[in-house]
Amino acid sequence: MSALLEVEALTKHFPVRRGLLGRATGLVRAVDGVSFTIDPATTLGLVGESGCGKTTTSKLVLGLERPTAGAIRFQGENVLALDRAQLRRYRRAVQAVFQDPYASLDPRMRVGTIVAEPLVINERLDRAARRRRVLELLDLVSLPARAADLFPHEFSGGQRQRVAIARALALSPRLVVLDEPVSALDVSIRAQILNLLRDLQQRLGVSYLFIAHDLAAVAHMSHTIAVMYLGQIVEWGPADVVAREPRHPYTQALFAAALPIDFDTPRAEPAVSGEVPSPLRPPAGCRFHPRCPHAMPHCATDPPALRPHAARQVACHLY
Amino acid sequence: MSGSPPSRPVIDVRDLRTHLVTRWGTVKAVDGVSFAVAEGETLGLVGESGSGKSMTCLSLLRLVPRPAARILGGQVWLDGEDLLAKSEAEMRKIRGRRIAMILQDPMSSLNPVFSIGMQMREAIGLYHGLRGRGLAARAAELLAAVRIPSPAERLRAFPHQLSGGMRQRVVGAMAIAAPPRLLIADEPTTSLDLTIQAQYLGLLEELQERHRLALVFVTHNLGIVARICDRVAVMYAGRIVEMGPVRRLFTRPAHPYSRALLESIPRLGARAARLTAIEGQPPDLARLPAGCAFAPRCASVMERCRVEAPPETVVEAGHVTRCWLEAPGAGATAAGPP
Repeated sequence: MSALLEVEALTKHFPVRRGLLGRATGLVRAVDGVSFTIDPATTLGLVGESGCGKTTTSKLVLGLERPTAGAIRFQGENVLALDRAQLRRYRRAVQAVFQDPYASLDPRMRVGTIVAEPLVINERLDRAARRRRVLELLDLVSLPARAADLFPHEFSGGQRQRVAIARALALSPRLVVLDEPVSALDVSIRAQILNLLRDLQQRLGVSYLFIAHDLAAVAHMSHTIAVMYLGQIVEWGPADVVAREPRHPYTQALFAAALPIDFDTPRAEPAVSGEVPSPLRPPAGCRFHPRCPHAMPHCATDPPALRPHAARQVACHLY
Repeated sequence: MSGSPPSRPVIDVRDLRTHLVTRWGTVKAVDGVSFAVAEGETLGLVGESGSGKSMTCLSLLRLVPRPAARILGGQVWLDGEDLLAKSEAEMRKIRGRRIAMILQDPMSSLNPVFSIGMQMREAIGLYHGLRGRGLAARAAELLAAVRIPSPAERLRAFPHQLSGGMRQRVVGAMAIAAPPRLLIADEPTTSLDLTIQAQYLGLLEELQERHRLALVFVTHNLGIVARICDRVAVMYAGRIVEMGPVRRLFTRPAHPYSRALLESIPRLGARAARLTAIEGQPPDLARLPAGCAFAPRCASVMERCRVEAPPETVVEAGHVTRCWLEAPGAGATAAGPP
């Protein structure tokens, strides 16, 4: 199976400007040599703590930021070398659902108009055909047809997120970036939305880049999981392999800190100390070494590369 | 109440009612809530947004937003004194000193234009009448107690110079300055990263142990409840629908809402094809149905549930619920929808 999306050595550095002339005084290495692939109709879960570069990665994939270096290939085509018309096609094929459905929907537009907007811009449909498509999309996310004539404030958080999903699906995308799609929702509603997303993937064959900090939800939704730390991927592999037997000390700490609700699961106490260092001055060698319980002398000098180990890729000198 | 622990509780809340008068009608934000927490004990208060968790906590401190909110009834006993009968001046001496609170966002508790040291000295000076060098030493000591490295230096820092985890530690240090009898932590780790959250929970436990605090921990994260709470109260639409020891409630929940909530959460390791979702939407508090508020979403709803609110029923010593399924003599009439 050829991959839908291939990301290779993707890098994004943001200059930090100070003073009157805006001279660059430093570089934030938000994303620093990240590589992964997403297959058709599968989900890649991207996890890591705030500031690790998850969101910047998703913006690069969505074409909202241009990378400093590296390559993004979509269905074999180099996204960074596309002309205007091709880029337009790419942007139709890659859509997004964001965390906060209160912020991502225009409060002054009716739901029907919100869902139709991508169609108005991208497809030449007459009124009746557009209306039909909107109702079809609302039905797809289990909203009643009358929802089209209501305003976002008339819906609860979970229903609003359904509207955002319907809008993202309007142009039949191949890939949807889900950036924390359930974190802003009530606990009792999250399962509804996660189930909906999985059903839609089965019906439409769409791929997801799923970004979340709830590890159990990521493990539940994803086929593969990539763990990021300070702009780099430290472990990447099949979801059950990474979730069940994490190998990178950071992944282990992360999963140990994800508190299970079962009492019988043995609980490893997270051994990591300290806080995430600033991405302005990431530590030399392995970026995790100042917090790592297994740090060895050469971890402070040699950056480990992602290498295949036990059915996944891991960047750690232990293996 | 039947769920109270054996020793005399630090805080004993009985039939607390706090209502909000809004343009859309009266919202019964807290509608007959009773619970007690003993020394050194942690009670988890869980529920979704709008279930009344935070309003319950604010009612204990008598800090509900005026004029919309009114505490209409009930008693709040703190070491045998009813706080609802106190004057405002008396309450001011209780807040911070005997009941402290940690909020979700540390920046809502810290003033951005004053150094950490100034803010801490203000509070400690007020509690202990310390001045000068003794005051500064006590502030540094408190920062050290929440494991902030080089505390004396940190006192000169401003809140924006600290990370989120450090800020929340500073708030923790101020909260235990008195030290209080009751500590209310309202989603204190929600804004923190996972590994920092784990560190902070460990710290809270340590502080509680040292000062024998009664701790009320508000959260919607059931994993945190399993990790640090002794007992848990599940709130829905302003009421405690179930309360009991954590392990018991998590393994044998009696209320359909608690059960559904526990089942709807994805679990690491158990990769089910689908999650068991709770149908419907959270209730509109201004337009609650008659009877049980969960009835419209309940999988085991009966005729009676839509008419009459269920009374509190003891399932087992220390484990109570409000559900007709558990009410004495009601189980026999159980019949699901056709």
